[in-house]
Amino acid sequence: MTLPGQAVDAGSIGPVKSRAWKIPLGDSGGNGKFTVLVLFLPPALMLFTLFVVLPIGEAAWYSGFNWNGFGRPANWVGFDNYRFVLETRAFWLALRNNGLIIAVSLLIQLPLALSLALILAERFRGAVALRMLFFLPYILAEIATGLIFSFVYDGDYGLVASIWRLFGAEAPHLLASTQTAMLAVLIVIVWKYFGFHMMLYIAALQGMDRNLVEAARIDGATRPQVLRYVVIPQLYPTIRLSVFFAIIGSLQLFDLVMPLTRGGPADSSNTMVTFLYNNGISRMRVGYGSAIGVILFVICVTFAFTYKRWFMRDE
Amino acid sequence: MNDADTIRPSFDPAVLYKALFLAVMATFVLVPLLATVIGGFKSLGELRVNPFGWPQQWEWSNYADILATKRYWQLLRNSLIISTLTVTLTLIVASMAAFTFAHVKFFGSSALLGYLTLGLLFPAATAVLPLFIKVRDLGLLDTYFGVALPQVAFSLAMSILLLRRFFKDLPHELLEAAQVDGCTYINFFRYVTLPLSRPILATVGTIAFVNSWNAYLLPLVMLNTDDLYPWPLGIMVYQGEYSSEWHLILAFITLTILPTVIIFIIAQKHIVAGLTAGAVKG
Repeated sequence: MTLPGQAVDAGSIGPVKSRAWKIPLGDSGGNGKFTVLVLFLPPALMLFTLFVVLPIGEAAWYSGFNWNGFGRPANWVGFDNYRFVLETRAFWLALRNNGLIIAVSLLIQLPLALSLALILAERFRGAVALRMLFFLPYILAEIATGLIFSFVYDGDYGLVASIWRLFGAEAPHLLASTQTAMLAVLIVIVWKYFGFHMMLYIAALQGMDRNLVEAARIDGATRPQVLRYVVIPQLYPTIRLSVFFAIIGSLQLFDLVMPLTRGGPADSSNTMVTFLYNNGISRMRVGYGSAIGVILFVICVTFAFTYKRWFMRDE
Repeated sequence: MNDADTIRPSFDPAVLYKALFLAVMATFVLVPLLATVIGGFKSLGELRVNPFGWPQQWEWSNYADILATKRYWQLLRNSLIISTLTVTLTLIVASMAAFTFAHVKFFGSSALLGYLTLGLLFPAATAVLPLFIKVRDLGLLDTYFGVALPQVAFSLAMSILLLRRFFKDLPHELLEAAQVDGCTYINFFRYVTLPLSRPILATVGTIAFVNSWNAYLLPLVMLNTDDLYPWPLGIMVYQGEYSSEWHLILAFITLTILPTVIIFIIAQKHIVAGLTAGAVKG
């Protein structure tokens, strides 16, 4: 099957001759191509198949059963689990919340990150320190971030409460109210992730062709014009990428919400994954939870393919 | 030089706005962090009346008591074991696969690579219930490997893409010269590719480490014994036990994020490069 040395890299301009005369020698296995294929690929393929691909397939299979995870799944219920999910009000709330997170990411977080990047991409004293400061929340664990902010929002001891009391008002319990819990979570999301997007933009700005900017300046373009017609267009690929990450990130948001609200009160701050956790995993309702997982999977994959096809065709 | 100094630009209000904007954002980021660190030095009573300012009395015992417990060190140890396992396995498995995809031409190569990169499209959470059942059936529930192996599997896609690109960009003449000298692929991988690829290995290792160190969902599902908990799980348990003794919880949070912050300050360039490379080059 494998012919060692035979036109290994047909496209390259390498010394093909030297390889050609190596074939007759055929030192059993030659350059060891076969050995590499047999030794180097299977670990990755097996791990990936076992822990990533099979579970997704099994989720589709389990979602047809009413099953608590013990013994064999036997109680086939067809599409009932999907019907139950879609009939749950909390599911649509979770979906709406994911929509809200995406909206806040696109309308507030990314513009914020971009404007900070435009300032901090220039060299001045303290620029690097500020970049690091803004990036710091991104490397903190989401669990730690959530706990820090559950202190910030705490109605008795928290920072927000003490500001309220300064004005003589009754301190609110932001996380305990269905009206404000999601808003509080959204603020934490901006706090945690804007620095990541800012760094993406800074990296892109620093790799940018300065000549174009200088040429535009020489031709008499004003600063806003340079920004609008020269700098931003060069950032489009990065912006498309950062939008992609913001949306995929929002769809998998879980850790951050758990210490803050666990999706409550009354499901008002559930995301898709906390909804999956609260209703499927923590109660071991395998069929129901798998149905939620499959729906989330379909949303992610549909989004990823559509987005790649429409917006990232050239990359 | 003197000329440049004399033709000073007239005062630009934009500079003022920028500085103001930066100051507001820096405050927004810093205040919750500083309040957490300093709050750990206060007594509960003081925290209630004075959450912002310096403590009147520094309660070093909040921190000292936690550092004296076995619990804190055990959490860090568990996290370190799981993260090290994940990083080591990811680097080995991903670099071998990436090497094959970069240098060995074989039938179905691009199809297999496409198969592996499917992992980029959806989060681990979607299949976490079947994953739990699989890990249980393999007898890995409540073990370090039960957490590490799925973490490795989910980090493979991005790691292989990053490594493969780097391997492909190494000078092509190296492989040709080595082959002329009768060097096998495996020796080439071992003695040429890996030593030349330290930067990208560091990058991939950093991404895997940070993800594993901070992970919550997989350990939450896979581990049942407190003794095996990594710190994100342990700190949630701690918070449950001391529900409103915020001064202790704040001290505990500070101590658990301290290793991350210290490493970030020491290796900031690598970490920033690593975490954004995954995004840019993926």
